[in-house]
Amino acid sequence: MKKDIILAGVGGQGILSIAAVIGYAAIDMGLYIKQAEVHGMSQRGGDVSSNLRISDREIYSDLIPRGKADLIISVEPMESLRYIPMLSADGWLITNDEPFVNIPNYPEIEKIHTEIQAFPRHLLVSADKMAKEINAAKSANMVILGAAAPFLGITYDKLEKAIRMIFGKKGEEIIQTNLNALALGKDFATQHAQ
Amino acid sequence: MLLGDEAIAQGAIDAGLSGIYAYPGTPSTEITEYVEHSKEAREKGILANWAANEKTAVESAIGMAYAGKRTMVCMKHVGLNVAADAFVNSAITGTNGGLIVVAADDPSMHSSQNEQDSRFYGKFALLPILEPTNQQEAYDMVHYGFDLSEKYHVPVLMRITTRLAHSRSGVVPKPKRAQNEMKLPEDMRQYVLLPAIARKRYKLLLGIQSQLVEEGEKSPYNVYIDGNNKKMGIITFGIAFNYLMENYPERVVPYPVLKISQYPAPRKMIEKLCNECEEILVFEEGAPMIEELLRGYLNKGIKVKGKLDGTLPRDGELNPNIVAGVLGIKEAEPLTVPEVVVGRPPSLCNGCPHIDTYLGLNEAIAKYGKGRVFSDIGCYTLGALPPFNAINSCVDMGASITMAKGAADAGLVPSVAVIGDSTFTHSGMTGLLDAINSNAPITVVILDNSITAMTGGQKSAATGKVESICKGMGADPEHVHIIKPLKKNHEENVKIFEKELAYQGLSVIIPTRECIVALNKRMRDKFKDKKEEKV
Repeated sequence: MKKDIILAGVGGQGILSIAAVIGYAAIDMGLYIKQAEVHGMSQRGGDVSSNLRISDREIYSDLIPRGKADLIISVEPMESLRYIPMLSADGWLITNDEPFVNIPNYPEIEKIHTEIQAFPRHLLVSADKMAKEINAAKSANMVILGAAAPFLGITYDKLEKAIRMIFGKKGEEIIQTNLNALALGKDFATQHAQ
Repeated sequence: MLLGDEAIAQGAIDAGLSGIYAYPGTPSTEITEYVEHSKEAREKGILANWAANEKTAVESAIGMAYAGKRTMVCMKHVGLNVAADAFVNSAITGTNGGLIVVAADDPSMHSSQNEQDSRFYGKFALLPILEPTNQQEAYDMVHYGFDLSEKYHVPVLMRITTRLAHSRSGVVPKPKRAQNEMKLPEDMRQYVLLPAIARKRYKLLLGIQSQLVEEGEKSPYNVYIDGNNKKMGIITFGIAFNYLMENYPERVVPYPVLKISQYPAPRKMIEKLCNECEEILVFEEGAPMIEELLRGYLNKGIKVKGKLDGTLPRDGELNPNIVAGVLGIKEAEPLTVPEVVVGRPPSLCNGCPHIDTYLGLNEAIAKYGKGRVFSDIGCYTLGALPPFNAINSCVDMGASITMAKGAADAGLVPSVAVIGDSTFTHSGMTGLLDAINSNAPITVVILDNSITAMTGGQKSAATGKVESICKGMGADPEHVHIIKPLKKNHEENVKIFEKELAYQGLSVIIPTRECIVALNKRMRDKFKDKKEEKV
């Protein structure tokens, strides 16, 4: 078993919390893991990504080889496209549809969505909207993670357990909100992924 | 799950560390941050200290090791330039307690102004170097490094690069050991580098070099892995080994491989590889330091492939694809980024005080024309980008003030320096003293956001002191101004900039407002505390 995942977004959008949940769950399943992050200058509103690698054998490179990623999980639609050269021919592109506009020349969002929809294996998730509908506006991340859940090679109950652990200190209400967001994303994937 | 940086920090805590000193710098910052926030370190009384700069950090570490304790000091690669005087001479004094100097290099310049290779400093100072391959080695090598340091009574340089520093993996801990008791050096003149003593000390350092090479031969971190195909032998240094193995999914490389993570490089092992193989392929993350040695200046001996003959790119970090290309391993044509995607460079945060400072300065200086603003290293370097286009230089820590002085000396009046509070106390103060002593016609703008912001908000040595430092060094109080960079103060601030730009002597303007990220965090923490109080 081996899953190579590119996590993408904009500095400050919190892709590392997605990485933390997957990482915790993977370790709980006794898998090896490596996760390369971006720190420093790029975090000031620039594009950021993380290379997350899970395997049942020892992992060597911290970086995923180009063209070998099984998944791109992105919390921002244009950022999902930036890492397309990393994706393998049968990889999945899973992304939020809500743009994060902090540059003057952000492209028309319809064009971005059209590019994403051109991929044979994609999930374009209205994560912000879905999260708001269940009063979990801050948990759009977990909706995206839920949408990626069927592709991770990690059982769903382990992801739930990881969320309980990671958000444990914040109380039962926050845990439940995040679990609801995760479930919403998973249901979306079940309905839309073919 | 520890970052490479955190593995080093936990390794140090477990190996009997007494104190860690550092100046923040990507990708090294998280080592000291980890110790700073570790409950275990606090309970064990381990000191975590943000120093004014890398030189003061190394000197404090030399002092702590003088007193017999185990000490670590951390910096980014260019920080070792600042600390070089202390570092190189620490090899001559030798050490009493274990001393590890960690330099985190940044090939590909993700957050740096160059990609210099710190291993040259280790070689230059004649000190052993450890270069971990992965997070586990990073952890283990701290124990090993302290032992090596205490065995030969010399500091040990640990060199890491960005990928290891900022990548997480599981780490298996070792048994914890106690800190050293305080104990003075046996020879009380060891550290007195008067020429007569320094000559003796230098001979001692030269004398252990052959033993250090022997250490490399038997090091558990230098491994010879035989292979059937002797047409080529491969030498990897540090994390380059990972990129090689990544390309062989069954983890069997057909060629003999020498994995090196400890220097001086093991001479006999290299000789064996060279004798058995027709040519040698060298993978080094950084400069072709050992490759150049093997090749020789005239290149008349061993056939060596690497960065010097164009087999590998000369700049940037390695990755699995570069290594695959060199080994002739085919990969599928990658998909291309759709044209619709545009760049998203980093930018100053919404509400950042530097925005208001640059808007004010830009307006006041417009009438003099472009090319007069010398800047420095920090978040405010982003003022080089649109929409501000406000600065003309970023060279090294503190260079803004001294470059403005030099340009003014050449006749470029007015010239302006823009420097942050932490950078000012790091290396700007001495330059300001030069400028004050010659009453240089420059305006020094010290952006005081009361934190070291770019590296994630470490304590600034300058907090609450900038104005008094300037006045104490002799800046004319008539020409030292504190302004508050806010939109509503814009007109008033522009007037102060205009007045001081016109002044034919040295002036200091200190825009003072807390970093917006730090402020938001402080407010969140305050709110959290209040909430907990209620509960």
